[in-house]
Amino acid sequence: MSEMTLTQVALEPERYELAAAAPYRFDFDRREFFKFLGAGVLVVSALKSAAVAQESGAARQRRGESLPREIDAWLHIGEDGKVTAYTGKVEMGQNIRTSLTQAVAEELHVPLEKIEMVMGDTKLTPFDMGTFGSRTTPTMNLQLRRVAATARDTLLELAAAQWKTDVKHLVAEDGKVLDTKANRSVEYAALTKGQQLARELPEQDPLIPATDWKVAGQSTPKVDGQDFVTGKHRYPSDQKLPDMLYGKVLRPAAFNATLASIDTQKAERTGVTVVRDGNFVGVAAPTSDQAKAAVDAIHAEWKADPQPSSKELFDYLRKNAVQGKDPTGDGDRIDVGDVDKAIAAADHKLQQTYTVAYIAHVPLEPRAALAKWDGDNLTVWTGTQRPFGVRGQLAEAFRIPEDNVRVLMPDTGSGYGGKHTGETAIEAARLARAAKRPVKLVWTREEEFSWAYFRPAGVIDVKAGASADGQVTAWEFHNYNSGSAGIRTYYEVPNQRIVFHETDSPLRQGSYRALAATANHFARESAMDELAHAAKMDSLQFRLRNLKNERLRAVFEAAAKKFGWGQKKIDGQGFGMGGGYEKLGNIATFAEVNVDRKSGDVKVVRVVSAFECGAIVNPDNLRNQIEGSNVMGLGGALFEAIEFDNGKILNGRLSDYRVPRFKDAPVLETVLLDRKDIPSVGAGECPLIGLAPAIANAIFDATGVRLRALPLVPNGLRNDRVADD
Amino acid sequence: MAIQLAINGHSYNVDVEPQTSLLTVLREHLDLTGSKYGCGEGQCGACTVLVDGKPQRSCITRVGTIAQKQITTIEAVANGDQLHPVQQAFLDLGAMQCAYCTSGMIVTAVGLLKKNPQPNEGEIIDFMNGNVCRCGTYPRIVSAIQKAAKMMAESAAAKGAGR
Repeated sequence: MSEMTLTQVALEPERYELAAAAPYRFDFDRREFFKFLGAGVLVVSALKSAAVAQESGAARQRRGESLPREIDAWLHIGEDGKVTAYTGKVEMGQNIRTSLTQAVAEELHVPLEKIEMVMGDTKLTPFDMGTFGSRTTPTMNLQLRRVAATARDTLLELAAAQWKTDVKHLVAEDGKVLDTKANRSVEYAALTKGQQLARELPEQDPLIPATDWKVAGQSTPKVDGQDFVTGKHRYPSDQKLPDMLYGKVLRPAAFNATLASIDTQKAERTGVTVVRDGNFVGVAAPTSDQAKAAVDAIHAEWKADPQPSSKELFDYLRKNAVQGKDPTGDGDRIDVGDVDKAIAAADHKLQQTYTVAYIAHVPLEPRAALAKWDGDNLTVWTGTQRPFGVRGQLAEAFRIPEDNVRVLMPDTGSGYGGKHTGETAIEAARLARAAKRPVKLVWTREEEFSWAYFRPAGVIDVKAGASADGQVTAWEFHNYNSGSAGIRTYYEVPNQRIVFHETDSPLRQGSYRALAATANHFARESAMDELAHAAKMDSLQFRLRNLKNERLRAVFEAAAKKFGWGQKKIDGQGFGMGGGYEKLGNIATFAEVNVDRKSGDVKVVRVVSAFECGAIVNPDNLRNQIEGSNVMGLGGALFEAIEFDNGKILNGRLSDYRVPRFKDAPVLETVLLDRKDIPSVGAGECPLIGLAPAIANAIFDATGVRLRALPLVPNGLRNDRVADD
Repeated sequence: MAIQLAINGHSYNVDVEPQTSLLTVLREHLDLTGSKYGCGEGQCGACTVLVDGKPQRSCITRVGTIAQKQITTIEAVANGDQLHPVQQAFLDLGAMQCAYCTSGMIVTAVGLLKKNPQPNEGEIIDFMNGNVCRCGTYPRIVSAIQKAAKMMAESAAAKGAGR
């Protein structure tokens, strides 16, 4: 497969990212802009149609149609020289407020502290489909660099005109234009004064190459870090308005339940606002304790149909699969060569099933929204990865035009793919409309566990064959439900059949950091290890024997070297690897585990990751993202799983659902491969995908026990399984 | 019912029931929103405050039980504009991502260093294990606490030498 095809595949929004409503079209009218931003210099970035298709998510539905022109970013330099960049992307811990500020500072030649980044406000920023899919760095970082570079060149031209000199003698530096011949300089502010100059991006990219970066490429600390260590930053759940009430929703007794009867008299007698609208029942009260007491006082009967449980989950997914050759009809199927014949002829054969459980995002800040009505105009502050998507949901829920709705996203307490939807915003707005006052609604941890959505569970069947000398000759791979991200194999296999099977999910499911790539890499990298073992070959040599992609080979080799692959092990120790290609990045992860043979406790002792994502935009933040991916990934790999029965979550609280803690964190070592010759791509997801197979393969190395279900050891590795080997 | 609370060196009278949680009083009644809600059952540490210098989960602390005690929240950890060494070390080592857990982490770490000014790595991990960072910055937080301990020891030594 060519690099180009891989790029297209990887950037296609995935099924579970949820398609946004029709893209918002912003007609470019310079007078409107200046009325709103004030005089100065404005540069807008209008996406070319191919990029529009990617960013708007329209590619799936609108293939082949011409698309409206879209603006995805703009930058304004005011008469006072203040630089403000506007993007619909949002900050939730990936530190893009910092990396995007670096991008602007680099190209515009202004100090970091002179730049304000306005993000995720549907009134002030251009439409953006959402912050997910590791797309901020490959798309928005690049666009803002282009915009800032164009602004810089515009300022150079203004100075050249003012001084009646040739622009080639002028350079931009530290918020000024310098004339290298005449020894004079002018501040940007003096150049923008009285201007109403609007520019679009030129055809050619005037960008500074990564090899010459001075601000980008540096480990700039979080730009507003001080607000976070002092508790000053106001997250969505910290927002407050005068006369604000606190909202609380009555939750049904089970998923998909409907109200059979309800008595709200007792709650109403407490003087709170009670809303009953279909199956929605909620209250608004002056304090959160009063709101909770009122909801507790409501007596409701619910009816629901019987629903499956986690015990029968994998059979259920298989049984409910959509039948057909290409079940989903959207190309999630690859057929190359003759798989059946190649498997029949193979020297080493493998047929195994791998499974992954539903897991919860558990963002430490639960969903929160503050809603305020002003006539038919609605303003909502909320923690979401898709402010424009939530705006559309609010407009639809209240049957008002999108123009009447403003959604703002204060920097939020994480998302991990779990905050794509707007239920909290809708609930708060519904209560605010009834109470005729602003209403804040913050979900409890229990609500977050039950009423958000989960990372899809999945079943993966693998059939494969290899020749006696370790060449993989046949590869058949069926994924039921978990998704198609990372479903293709990057190993060179002449005969392949790869199919994604859509099925019915017993639980509400959606996006999650790295999404299906975790499941698909777990299955593939485990199966490759099993094949290597069958062929009696070293796991690393076996992979490299079947891998041509230079960038992937490079990370495997770099990680192996740092890890000390091939070292002798002591009793209970095991080493394993996993890796792959996802969201345009390349990862190899090597893990060392220790299995206590008496207790069955599995401890991940050390993890070495080698990662390559093109030119590095912020090395320390990149390390932070890779380390965080490994710690978060540890939960899904070892012990996280949602248990459910008959429409109820059984372990939906933090005391029942184990997440990784200080004691679980291994020693983390990171090797960064900086490819300044390759465009920068994202890093929030890809580093997660190698961990689970690396741990599973290390447990096999330590014990001879092959584990094929995530989580691997929710209750430790039982003695009998160790002894069975 | 009025309850008198001593928070960050100020005295507050709040009209709440004694069983109201301290976290609710801080956030809703006093607009001190630096302490965060994360789980409501003392499992995540995002709401941690110091009660008479010791870290305590404000979400499961009833205000009726702490009327006579000195409460310190993240808002008063710095000395005016001068950051506490723990805060500075978190910034220096980038020991955060979304930073929603950071208030609780810093307050807990301040409590640890009061009790044990030179903790080793194992002691830090033991003490901090009740605080969750879902972004997974644990190793950085451990390093930041070690760095803060060193900064505080050096500053104490410098003060001693100056006398």
